[in-house]
Amino acid sequence: METPAINDLSISIATENGTGSASANNIIFKAIFKMGIPCSSKNLFPSNIQGLPTWYQIRASAEGYMARKDVIDVMVAFNPATAAKDVHRVRDGGLILYDEPIPVANLKRDGVQYVGVPADQLIQKIVPASPLRIKQRNMIYVGALACLFGIDMETIKAVLQDTFGKKPAVIESNLICIEAGFNHVKENGVSQNIARLVAIPNGNKGKIITEGNTACALGAIYGGASFVSWYPITPSSSLAEAIEYYMPRLRKKDGKATYAIVQAEDEIAAASMLAGAGWAGARAMTSTSGPGLSLMNESIGLAYFAEVPCVFFFIQRGGPSTGLPTRTQQADIQLMYYASHGDTRHIILIPHDMKSCFDLARRSFDFAERFQTPVFVMTDLDLGMNLWSSEPLKLEKAPFDRGKLLTAEQLEQWEKQGKRFRRYFDYDGDAVPYRTIPGNPHRKAAYFTRGSGHDSDARYSEDEKDYQETLDRLRKKFETARKYVPKPIIEMQDGVKTGVICFGSSYEPVREARDRLKASGLKTNHLLLRALPLTEESREFLSAHDVVYLVEQNRDGQMASIFKDEWPELGAKIVSILIYDGLPVTTLEVVRQIRQHQNGDMKEVAEWQEKRRTASI
Amino acid sequence: MAGEKTNRINLREKDYEGAPSTMCRGCGHDAISASVIRAFFESSIDPRKVVKLSGIGCSSKTPAYFLSQSFGFNAVHGRMSAVATGANLANHSLIPIGVSGDGDTAAIGLGNFCHMMRRNVNITYIVENNGVYGLTKGQFSATADKGSVMKGGKVNDIPALDICELAIILGATYVARSFSGDRKQLAPLIQGALAHKGSAILDVISPCVTFNNHEGSTKSMKYVKEHLDPIHDVDFIPPYENIEVDYKEGTDQQVELHDGSRILLHKLGKSYDPTSRMQAMQAIHAAVAEGKFLTGLIYYDPNRPDFAEEMNLCETPLAELGQDILQPPAEMLDQINAELMK
Repeated sequence: METPAINDLSISIATENGTGSASANNIIFKAIFKMGIPCSSKNLFPSNIQGLPTWYQIRASAEGYMARKDVIDVMVAFNPATAAKDVHRVRDGGLILYDEPIPVANLKRDGVQYVGVPADQLIQKIVPASPLRIKQRNMIYVGALACLFGIDMETIKAVLQDTFGKKPAVIESNLICIEAGFNHVKENGVSQNIARLVAIPNGNKGKIITEGNTACALGAIYGGASFVSWYPITPSSSLAEAIEYYMPRLRKKDGKATYAIVQAEDEIAAASMLAGAGWAGARAMTSTSGPGLSLMNESIGLAYFAEVPCVFFFIQRGGPSTGLPTRTQQADIQLMYYASHGDTRHIILIPHDMKSCFDLARRSFDFAERFQTPVFVMTDLDLGMNLWSSEPLKLEKAPFDRGKLLTAEQLEQWEKQGKRFRRYFDYDGDAVPYRTIPGNPHRKAAYFTRGSGHDSDARYSEDEKDYQETLDRLRKKFETARKYVPKPIIEMQDGVKTGVICFGSSYEPVREARDRLKASGLKTNHLLLRALPLTEESREFLSAHDVVYLVEQNRDGQMASIFKDEWPELGAKIVSILIYDGLPVTTLEVVRQIRQHQNGDMKEVAEWQEKRRTASI
Repeated sequence: MAGEKTNRINLREKDYEGAPSTMCRGCGHDAISASVIRAFFESSIDPRKVVKLSGIGCSSKTPAYFLSQSFGFNAVHGRMSAVATGANLANHSLIPIGVSGDGDTAAIGLGNFCHMMRRNVNITYIVENNGVYGLTKGQFSATADKGSVMKGGKVNDIPALDICELAIILGATYVARSFSGDRKQLAPLIQGALAHKGSAILDVISPCVTFNNHEGSTKSMKYVKEHLDPIHDVDFIPPYENIEVDYKEGTDQQVELHDGSRILLHKLGKSYDPTSRMQAMQAIHAAVAEGKFLTGLIYYDPNRPDFAEEMNLCETPLAELGQDILQPPAEMLDQINAELMK
């Protein structure tokens, strides 16, 4: 008999999409959080409204690791369609909490503990026949899990209060169902020895639970976003919707809006509106995902070439084409970096947690205005749509950087100094020109913006010298930006010759993987990349190590290509760790691939596959 | 020049000119630019309060050829409607004028054009309509009439898309058609559009002298001139002028615009009420059936608020708001953090 682990547990809940399981799952996760236990959740959902299978994975980790765990201790098998497979996802010695209508004949798996709950039977007694019954039957497993693992019922009540505060009847009806599940397990005397959840007083005190899309939305609002055009697309819609939700509360003046939000007719329009609004002087943004960015490409080129500030929040999903729209990827890095035809390169800001989502979203407008160009804030579905616990979002007090924006008064000064305003002239040697915006009343302020060839005075030009000068200046401007973008966060220990580079949502699994590798004797240094273009720090990091593992969530090593393009002489040091099954990265996968490379053969892989079901990280 | 006529803000008509045109000699588009210049001059509009927008094509080049003191944005093909929507919301105090062509508006940009009108974005939107792609040398556009013959002899067998009909269906609130060569009608219609708050669509037939001016074309100079069907003569009366001067009871109709100016419509045949959507649609269909170009103020809806008003925007343009307004207080973030702890 094993001793139950304390506060170390991974639960996977298999249900059918559209049955209201989201509420039930949310209650379990928030209750564990409220107990003060470090925890994370991953929603593995289909592109569907009703009927397809969906899984929700909760991890409680006494050590505070937030990555998805692919060793599952407990499977809640509440979807008959997937139950036969789901039972094999549990580790040996794990537990399967199943919906009793699922015939036991379908649950062919030895070495696990089965706990059945007759959800229909229980629910019939307490909820009258209604569409609500389907939804509330999920509350049965909430109660059963609470009883089995020690989730505190008082805490569950508090979560119900937080969730349905204004609807006491809803709280009551859900609570009855949760209690029914709880009592069923209790009355049958079921117990388990896998894990116990024990409240940690003040464990999560001061922490928030949010999604990257919400954190980005709040960051954008605090960054002064005044124009938002967007088109619904998973997984980015909830970012624009969070802006719609918070704006009326945060940004009204005398009852009037200090922002405009337009749900456009398509992404082509969204990006074009953005170009118009950025040109006219608003802090303009959109949010989109894979196919949306494909459509936006032409206007991105316009904004790049005409030097119009605008911000693109880009939440990656599985491609190509429609791909896996509800799964996570980092496979559009190059599509962003080189977006649009012709020679283009763009600034990309890369958050890795909730606080950096907020901070970089806020600062993105400064970068866009400083460099008068499209700026991308790159996240992915895992960061954007999963719930993450985090320190509270914090506003750093800093003045907006509007860049080289000339007012009428400044133009008047210029004129007195005998200086003529030339829109695309490089006055300061940093290749960043001065800008005026429409409405500037100075008679020398106006200029003609175009996506076609132009000279330093913004006049139409097909002259080969003008054209090449413009292209060269834009490249030089990108070099100026290189000095400004957020630097990577580096963890270095002398004498360590193995490095790991990662970015975005890979950060958590890599952090844990490095601890595991260290425990088994492999020390690594770490570089968390936070922006493109790459900066000198990344080059130095490559130089300082014999081998550098670059972890990214795509098939082709897109970020590695950008590194190799910058510093071909160091490229051979990079070993790509590629994870691209569409699910949030697991620690185990990072560890496995690094060990495989360290061992220099494939033996490890074979062993790992054999052990996969039973292994514990 | 001393003694040259100036308007109420002390500008001469030539102050509204732009760079020299690069259109073909005799192109209808240049005549439209001249009418645009006339309209702005006559209405005494400060060029610094104007933004010029366009897409791609011959017509879209023309904003460079008028109002050189105004900001201009020559965007990408078919996207002027969307670019203008963004620009208008970013600064609703400016007067937007857009110039586009029939390919830019009715083919590649049709979707965005439709949705701009659905939103009633404030803009004076001129379609320089010649039924043909000029810059790519002579392909049919979506407004080429069925049966019209291309320069090489190819016959168009798909019905034309009618810009005015489309505009009325989709919610534009000021819809007019005119002819590039008729400055007397076109200039006051542009003045009216500039005074109107909402999507003002002007479908201006503007023959392409290079690719669509031959026998068999239904958009040639000769054909168009022979088939014009004006509903009324048009006069624009600015807010400061006394209306009684020209108004003739019974034969004239006046249309009041948002800024207090008026359009006087002098009846030419049957009486026509431009505020009637049904009558407008009937008149368009009747003219198409007869192979004629119905011109004049075809439809007008004074009641619908424009998009910026619908959005309840604050009076200061969004582009001019400072950090004090744009950045909410930190205490509000603390409140939100507290909510996210639940």
